[in-house]
Amino acid sequence: MDLQLSEEQELIVGMVRRFVRDEILPLELDLDPDADQLAPADSQRLIAKTKEMGLYGLGIPPEFGGPDVDLVTRTLLAIEMAQHRAGLYAPCYGVFGGAGLAQLFEADDAQKEKYLYPTLRGEMRGFFGLTESSGGSDPARAIQTKAVRDGDDWIINGSKIFISGADRADYGLVFARTDPEKGRNGITCFIVETSWPGFHVRRVVHTLRSAHYATELQFEDLRVPHANVLGEVNKGFAIANDRLSRQRIPYAAGCIGVAVKANELALEYAGQRETFGALLSSRQSIQWMLVDNEIDIKTATWLTLEAAAKADRGEPFRKEAAMAKLVASEAGGRVVDRSMQIFGGYGVTKDFPFERWYREMRIRRIGEGPSEVQRHVIARDLLGASLR
Amino acid sequence: MTKAWSTCDAVSIDALPGQVGVFELANAPGETLYIGCADARTLFGLRSAVRERVDEIEDAVSFRVEVTTAYHSRWRELLMVHVADHGALPRHNEEVAGLGRLSPG
Ligand SMILES: Cc1cc2nc3c(=O)[nH]c(=O)nc-3n(C[C@H](O)[C@H](O)[C@H](O)COP(=O)(O)OP(=O)(O)OC[C@H]3O[C@@H](n4cnc5c(N)ncnc54)[C@H](O)[C@@H]3O)c2cc1C
Repeated sequence: MDLQLSEEQELIVGMVRRFVRDEILPLELDLDPDADQLAPADSQRLIAKTKEMGLYGLGIPPEFGGPDVDLVTRTLLAIEMAQHRAGLYAPCYGVFGGAGLAQLFEADDAQKEKYLYPTLRGEMRGFFGLTESSGGSDPARAIQTKAVRDGDDWIINGSKIFISGADRADYGLVFARTDPEKGRNGITCFIVETSWPGFHVRRVVHTLRSAHYATELQFEDLRVPHANVLGEVNKGFAIANDRLSRQRIPYAAGCIGVAVKANELALEYAGQRETFGALLSSRQSIQWMLVDNEIDIKTATWLTLEAAAKADRGEPFRKEAAMAKLVASEAGGRVVDRSMQIFGGYGVTKDFPFERWYREMRIRRIGEGPSEVQRHVIARDLLGASLR
Repeated sequence: MTKAWSTCDAVSIDALPGQVGVFELANAPGETLYIGCADARTLFGLRSAVRERVDEIEDAVSFRVEVTTAYHSRWRELLMVHVADHGALPRHNEEVAGLGRLSPG
């Protein structure tokens, strides 16, 4: 694989790098260190800029009005966008727009009109409701939320946990069991509106993450029209799986971006801080930390770009995406930890971004499929489906 | 929040911790007037944040605090619970951009 960036890639990556440096970092100086949103006026001003740059809505496929940028380039940009304090879970505070829920690109025309297009225009928000208290690693077996057919409608009862952003959403994708006999082939995906009777956001689930807290949901005789089934009845698990595979590449890129920034700060600090009469950078133990950072970042970057390149070529990339997510989230954690160590006491204060990265990076080894599940996906690919 | 209320006097406020967290102010009949957050930019955490608000809100007679590092999500949660219970934000809170909706049940 050729990792030489094209002239166009250099240009666009440079543009986003300058945007983060000139627009995001100065604003962040005045924000609370745990902030996950900009003041509305700043947000609007910067959205106008990213639109002018032709980079708004990067994750949106070109046929739906997004910029025509391949996944390798988008991965390079995602690495840049994460290089600030809130960058892991709120890259550039969302001013590059988002694609919303990728599954909706597979929706039927009426569903697209009602949910997808308003979401792409920034008028609606959605949530992704898969995980339940019975377990998120193996949702095919764990899902207990039930949907029962009632004429032209379905009635949903059950609950979900760890669902990000449901309290602010207009609708969400809820995965429910529609045929208890059929295991993974008995799960259906429903588009559910949060204003419908029987839909409840019961509580906020506080975690290590500063940005975008999670919530717990409950469905009590929630009536959903059959027209709101996304895809086919009993085929919802494939929809969930598809999203999880696709998400792994930008997820990995975010971890790499934060690691790059943490290492950059550590390099600079090691070159300035003196102890026992010499610079930290002159000590072999510190040099080795920086070397290990560099190796971790390179390894994660190569794997992630390889996964993106395979996806761009239309080849299967599930194993590569799992490897990218696994390696980037674990390497990212190590890089932040070492960089924090180099900063000593300052590293753990809220005066620097490390403590936030340290907390939020820890979640990356669990969210969107924990490390063990990624290893399981890779093993399945190596050893065959008999592992199921 | 289930913490006990304290009187808004100098001694009680001076005894507050300098940590980050959330707090509530109430008037004499017990109406919650304000739900606040002492974030990492406050000089002395809850102590300075409570003092500042008590000085501004004349009818505040009691306060209660909760030390938490998840101050952003906890603050939003308290506001949402208040809206769910009372139909509106406390009188002295300004609109919060993008505040969600809870139905605690
Ligand atoms: C902040 C946050 C936000 C989230 N947002 C969302 C969201 O928006 N929507 C959503 O649907 N979900 C969301 N999740 C849920 C997340 O996807 C799950 O937490 C994750 O899938 C793991 O599920 P679990 O927590 O139930 O762990 P479990 O499935 O109970 O697993 C527990 C541990 O055992 C390990 N394990 C499981 N199986 C095996 C095995 N076979 N061999 C070895 N080890 C194994 C797991 O890796 C894990 O470490 C979020 C989670 C967090 C923390």
